[in-house]
Amino acid sequence: MSDAVAFTPEEQKKFDAGISELLGHYPPDRKRAAMLPALRLLQELRGWCTPEGMKAVADKLETTVERAYEVATFYVMFHTEKPGKYVIDVCTNLSCALRGAEGMLKHLEVKLGTTAGTNGDKYFLRETECLASCGTAPCLQINEDHYENLTKEKVDKLLETLV
Amino acid sequence: MHVEKVVTRHWGKPGQPTLDGYRKNGGYEQLKKVLELAPEAVQAEVKKSNLRGRGGAGFPTGLKWSFVPKDNPKPRYLAINADESEPGTAKDRFIMENDPHALLEGVAIACWALNAHTCYIYARGEFKHPSNVLDKALAEAYAAGIFGKKLMGRDFELNVYQVRGAGAYICGEETAMLESLEGKKGWPRLKPPFPAVSGLFGCPTVVNNVETIATLPSIFEKGADWFAKLGTDKSGGTRLVTLSGVCNRPGTYEVSMQTTLKDLIFDDQFGQGMPRGRTVKAVIPGGSSAPVLTAAEMGVALEFEAFKPLNSMAGSGGIIVMDDTCCMVRCLWRVTRFYAEESCGQCTPCREGMPWMTRLLRKIEEGRGEPKDLEQLMQVATSIAPWPPIGLGNTICALGDAGALPVQSFVQKFKSEFVQHIAEHRCPYGEHPWGAFGEFQ
Repeated sequence: MSDAVAFTPEEQKKFDAGISELLGHYPPDRKRAAMLPALRLLQELRGWCTPEGMKAVADKLETTVERAYEVATFYVMFHTEKPGKYVIDVCTNLSCALRGAEGMLKHLEVKLGTTAGTNGDKYFLRETECLASCGTAPCLQINEDHYENLTKEKVDKLLETLV
Repeated sequence: MHVEKVVTRHWGKPGQPTLDGYRKNGGYEQLKKVLELAPEAVQAEVKKSNLRGRGGAGFPTGLKWSFVPKDNPKPRYLAINADESEPGTAKDRFIMENDPHALLEGVAIACWALNAHTCYIYARGEFKHPSNVLDKALAEAYAAGIFGKKLMGRDFELNVYQVRGAGAYICGEETAMLESLEGKKGWPRLKPPFPAVSGLFGCPTVVNNVETIATLPSIFEKGADWFAKLGTDKSGGTRLVTLSGVCNRPGTYEVSMQTTLKDLIFDDQFGQGMPRGRTVKAVIPGGSSAPVLTAAEMGVALEFEAFKPLNSMAGSGGIIVMDDTCCMVRCLWRVTRFYAEESCGQCTPCREGMPWMTRLLRKIEEGRGEPKDLEQLMQVATSIAPWPPIGLGNTICALGDAGALPVQSFVQKFKSEFVQHIAEHRCPYGEHPWGAFGEFQ
């Protein structure tokens, strides 16, 4: 595992530059504080938190890979397995449920031929918790892009853009 | 009913989210003024304004600031809580999107008052767009020499960084947020010591909500007395609330501290009432952790003190309305599932209790409930936090209380629905438990 390549040369450059900028945001003896933004950077570069990438993050932050893994598994936005091309997060919390979110989730399951919570090559449809769109419900996010005030028509249009 | 706008007064004006637009409307003038005052005078003004924290607890901001020890030689930090994730709450996000410089000017005012040279703004990870807007505003403020080595030319260094979370409700709890800012999983800390004494990196830290801090520029523009007078005895100013669920015009509104729940739902400038033929059955008044109210309790003003006699709270201003065709068991099940999902796992009563209550509620909703389940449900809830609420649950942080109080209040106030589910071995609302707007169309 330790020999596995974490980054292409191009990615390595971006990673090094990104990390050194992040480290400038914290006291010099608190490198580990940059863990969340560093893992975010890793995920932006590699699509997910790869084991080799987490090792690279841990080395830069002068901490252990276990610390990186602990954080990556605690927060739901970090993927410790490769996610589908489109991660679709559907809020089904109370405010959204009162505006049709359960039906929207079912609609997506049927349209995409998947079950919420199942990771696939193309789609990773999952239920998520409140996305602060309560007055503009129902809502969902596709690869972190936010869509609200949704209807069947709007969702179908959105799905057409996912190629 | 006229509500004087404070936080939203410049929203939607052309260019407001940019530095130029913000300056056109008097932006950063208040910071200039504040930098002529001694930090103590700034703190005194905030105290006088009766500004209270808008994150949920409603703690007086000036008082919180005064807890920072004067003789501690360590650096001080300001941490802004933008981890808005209490179900029903969508307000800080709109401040970041519509008026990011108001937040940044507030940050600079607070840092001057606290003698803090570093501020971290912890935004929830899902806020891609709001965070992008804020990042742009930050870059503008640095480029214009407002932040950086010299705060608006003063011999006072101020660095402000945005840190994005990664999807954990618990990180809205202030000490969990500090852990997260230190690069760890969000496990709340035992208090005391409180963050003002020992917070980020073991240094004195003030944690304030986005709305609280974004309010500061207007307090210094029009004066603490003006701000205090806008509100009630103990709660100054106006506040942002989010109206959601069943009503004709859900949305985020600025209301006065005298505005009642009923005004919010029915007034033309806010919710515009219920759909034809429907009545209010229940209202959650302050984010999903706030104990539920019945229609008979809608006369309450949306002010921090007013909720105490009702055993509920103004919380984060997330108001969720349920009509007479909403299933209370289903609604509670959904709320409880959230707390089960978001429990950080540190304390046993919460880690074990939340999923247990969720299982019991699912059982009742699916028609498999037994009479003893209701008693058990209440017993589990009360083992997490006592009812009526006194803010002293059996867990390190308030997430325990947050998950237990909805269960206790729903069961107490809508007991007949739970009993009916159990007696009839089915949900009386069948396939349509979500009320007037529950179908996806």
